[in-house]
Amino acid sequence: MCMTCGCGIGQTLIGGHALARQRKPGEEMRYRAHEEGAVRAPPHDHTLPHSPAHEAIDFGAGPAGTHAPGMSQSRMVKIERDILSKNNDYADQNRSYFSEHGIFALNLVSSPGSGKTTLLVKTITALNGTQSLAVIEGDQQTDNDAARIRAAGAPALQINTGKGCHLDAHMVGQAMQRLALNDDSLLLIENVGNLVCPAGFDLGEAHKVVIFSVTEGEDKPLKYPDMFRAADLMLLSKCDLLPHLDFDADLAVANARRVNPGIRVIRVSASSGEGLSEWQEWIKAGCNTAVAAKQRTLRERVPGNIPAN
Amino acid sequence: MHEMSIAESVLQIIEDTARAEGCARVKAVWLEIGQLAGVEKESLRFCFDVVTRDSVAEDARLEIIETAGQGWCMECSRNVAVSARYEPCPICGSFQIEVTGGDEMRVKELEVE
Repeated sequence: MCMTCGCGIGQTLIGGHALARQRKPGEEMRYRAHEEGAVRAPPHDHTLPHSPAHEAIDFGAGPAGTHAPGMSQSRMVKIERDILSKNNDYADQNRSYFSEHGIFALNLVSSPGSGKTTLLVKTITALNGTQSLAVIEGDQQTDNDAARIRAAGAPALQINTGKGCHLDAHMVGQAMQRLALNDDSLLLIENVGNLVCPAGFDLGEAHKVVIFSVTEGEDKPLKYPDMFRAADLMLLSKCDLLPHLDFDADLAVANARRVNPGIRVIRVSASSGEGLSEWQEWIKAGCNTAVAAKQRTLRERVPGNIPAN
Repeated sequence: MHEMSIAESVLQIIEDTARAEGCARVKAVWLEIGQLAGVEKESLRFCFDVVTRDSVAEDARLEIIETAGQGWCMECSRNVAVSARYEPCPICGSFQIEVTGGDEMRVKELEVE
């Protein structure tokens, strides 16, 4: 679980600067306890020792049914709110910014070491200035990946998630402001190398793209189904290594389609260049769609204009 | 997956609601978590305990209602039960299943005073 993998936002940095957030560094375990205006629990005695393990066992051990309305001064409040609603609100803001500015945003996800950054560098070189683009890099620590992207000639901003194991829509929104994205551009967001947590966090992107290298196991889509389910495109990377491996590429694709029947697959290799043109075509088609959608919206906004189909 | 972030989001919803309702204490919280939501329940309980410390929901009871996974089998053209994303249709064995339910995560209700 994330206590082990370190999930949390206590040490997030964007381009080396602290993320604007409600909690101070070093306070990860005391959530907004001293924040002004926060609703506080009334003072009361702590009869149980505050050992997490102890409380975890005791939680929910109380007699069932004591919550019935009318039994005490307590009452029930129906809320029915999505738990990720806050992240989804930020993601919606990002998404509407993208659509207003004709930006095609991709969220690139994979396990660590699948070759995401190498593939990005190759993609940037191959696009060779024909497409305005920017990159947001997510890693727990270091600015290494953003430096590699900048060396390839594209603007890049590093988000260091500290203990966090995924990017969320709020971090990406702040990074977007610092990057000052061009209209009609491509935004590539390289998520933290992790096949679990990033699946649940919408960043406002048009598509999640999962990168799955042939040096991994064919059954990875079955082991991490949520991620392969959430992605619209799978790049099977490092395909130049296939002759040297026992990896069954067809089985890997079949496994991905077991969890996501509609997933599109492109076999690529950053070393040999295999599949990169198909990947670029896919990107360009997405950029064209984003630009066309923006122009359609703008036309509809002009008073007296008849919306074009 | 990301149970700490989820627990934190749950606390934010609780605090927003407590502020809006003007209540001093939250005694119990009901969450609806789908079988396919990818949430480890015991881990979420642990994280909920940690994040609610010194908050309006300190020592609140956490009740998790698990909803079953559901999917639409494209081969059978009918709704089928899905217990995991990689499992075949229990009727025809096909993997062409679109998940239609059981992946939600919601705060359903609170007991407040």
